[in-house]
Amino acid sequence: MPKRHAVVIKRECVACGSCQKVCPMGAVRVYKGLYACVEDSKCIGCGRCAKECPASVITLEVRHEE
Amino acid sequence: MKNKKHWYDYLWIAELVYFSLGFFNILFAWLGLFMFLIPLVMALAGWDKAYCNRYCGRGQLFALLGGRLGLSHWRNIPAWLRSKGFRYGFLLFFMLMFGNMLHTTWLVFSGTENLKQVVTLLWTFKLPWHWAYGGNATPWMVQFAFGFYSVMMTSTVLGILSLLLWKPRSWCVYCPMGTMTQIICQIKHNEETKQAD
Repeated sequence: MPKRHAVVIKRECVACGSCQKVCPMGAVRVYKGLYACVEDSKCIGCGRCAKECPASVITLEVRHEE
Repeated sequence: MKNKKHWYDYLWIAELVYFSLGFFNILFAWLGLFMFLIPLVMALAGWDKAYCNRYCGRGQLFALLGGRLGLSHWRNIPAWLRSKGFRYGFLLFFMLMFGNMLHTTWLVFSGTENLKQVVTLLWTFKLPWHWAYGGNATPWMVQFAFGFYSVMMTSTVLGILSLLLWKPRSWCVYCPMGTMTQIICQIKHNEETKQAD
């Protein structure tokens, strides 16, 4: 598993879908027009979504071991 | 890995065509109604924010200008601009200005006022645009076209300023259509909305 993964602050997401468009793994989707959701198992922590997010509500965080 | 391109990834061209057509003949501004109605119909009909997410030519154009052409500064947008208070307030302001435009159209329709062949930018600056109309269409239809084109131009100018200052699609943060469709989705999917808080 990559060390880092993208995390969305859902309550502040504007659901524009910019993240969805740039994700190379298809790991981010806008859920029901409400907020972006990251499919953790697909996320490689590249940070493209976080860079693109116009509201800057996506951050890259270190994965916690399960 | 590169994302595969689809036909809808080129809708930014439609946006450019729209503004070009309106430059030569203002009556084409009426076509912009589709850009207002389609997102709302999609949100109401169960496609949620598919318009913003996939089909919005304006968002694509800003992504292209700010990203591919490198015009963005890639700074974070100020927190107040992405706050619910500002987004809802701006939506309300935009609706009021839209109502004002409809009122002007009504005044021309009723014969109280004469047709004004100007494009108003940022609700303030009046640009001469008389070359775009030389026909004999019904005056109120022409007035609406000028008004609607002004709305479209104003949002584009704001979008370009936003992409220069912050990130390519910063306009999407406070786009009234985006706010409106998100509100529709929040009402429709009330339970899931609560999960975000």
